Amino acid sequence: MNLISLFITGLLTSNVVLSKFLGICPFIGTSNKEKNALYMGISVTLVIVISSIITYLMYTYILVPTDTIYLKTIMFILVIASMVQLLEILLKRFLPKVHKTLGLYLPLITTNCAVLGVTLLNINNGYNFSEMLVYSISASLGFTLVIYIFSTIRERIENSDIPESFKGTPIALITAAIMALVFSRFTGI
Amino acid sequence: MKTIYNGIIKENPTFVLLLGLCSALAVTKTVESAYLMGICVLVILIFSSFVISLIRKLVTDSVRIPVYILIIGTFVTIVEVLLKEYIPDLYSALGIYLPLIVVNCIVLGRAMVVASKENVGKSVLDAIGIGLGFTLAITIIALIREILGTNTITLIDSISSFTGYKAIYKDILPSTDIFPISIFTTSTGAFLTLAFLIALFNKIKGGKKNESN
Repeated sequence: MNLISLFITGLLTSNVVLSKFLGICPFIGTSNKEKNALYMGISVTLVIVISSIITYLMYTYILVPTDTIYLKTIMFILVIASMVQLLEILLKRFLPKVHKTLGLYLPLITTNCAVLGVTLLNINNGYNFSEMLVYSISASLGFTLVIYIFSTIRERIENSDIPESFKGTPIALITAAIMALVFSRFTGI
Repeated sequence: MKTIYNGIIKENPTFVLLLGLCSALAVTKTVESAYLMGICVLVILIFSSFVISLIRKLVTDSVRIPVYILIIGTFVTIVEVLLKEYIPDLYSALGIYLPLIVVNCIVLGRAMVVASKENVGKSVLDAIGIGLGFTLAITIIALIREILGTNTITLIDSISSFTGYKAIYKDILPSTDIFPISIFTTSTGAFLTLAFLIALFNKIKGGKKNESN
């Protein structure tokens, strides 16, 4: 597949949040303020890209030759968990200012299904190395884009008059539904 | 008995605790994939709650999450290997959402909140309740989405190699120009259905609260 169209697919048409339903929890939970959403997005992007590269190499050069591909789920989650830990330690040591702002979100990323989801999709879709790189970058940017847009919409929703039982998650999901409708229309660009 | 009821209604993981929404949205295109996913989660939840509760006194706070993820990951892998071997159609139908049970907030959440504190019996009962609650919830979502989206109910299709027959019911409601509504098969339909169901649950709960006041 053409790398540019793969990039657009990952970013818009088959967006991880809106069409693959990955990372719904941070989408609903953390994206209250614009700034927080952006920081969350950046941290997730970093973790997804780094762990995609590592899991891809491990899968191709360790699991496949030794015929142990059934271990991929456990191996991938271990890589992601240690990546998150490593990133946290490195940031704390070298960029304490960034660590202060991102620190809150980093531990949450381990259980963010977007990260494990993208690394597994890289393998399931049979991508080669450059396709894997393009897809993981576009998918994580797609995640960032969606939670950023959503946080700006949400600030407005909070000021509007919503039926009592729709407050909170239901109205967030309806917003997501409309966004999904818009994003799916990007097909064919 | 009360613990199980609690898990199904009062602390329903999908509609009340709002956990595990990813899989609740992703595998609810057909009724079949929904209830089978629910069963997978139920089985994994029971076994991992059992083990985590057994070793709860050995695990210190600092290593809790990695240990729990490894235990859950082990059971997910066992289920994966079994399904791939015996029901390959189901394995490919569930796709990446089967390994994603590892990071499903329901399983990890119950491990942290219940299994790490309570004794084995209570943890397993809680796991059964929550697992059944999840299964019920996603089956309801799938039922609504499938009937409105394609006007069918698929009970046995991808596991037909295992059971030996298929059970797909067609034309549940009379079709018209505007029905079935194909948007319910897309992700938009999934978000909408879940939104309205949660709102309905809020409404019922809110009504009860007002009555008791």
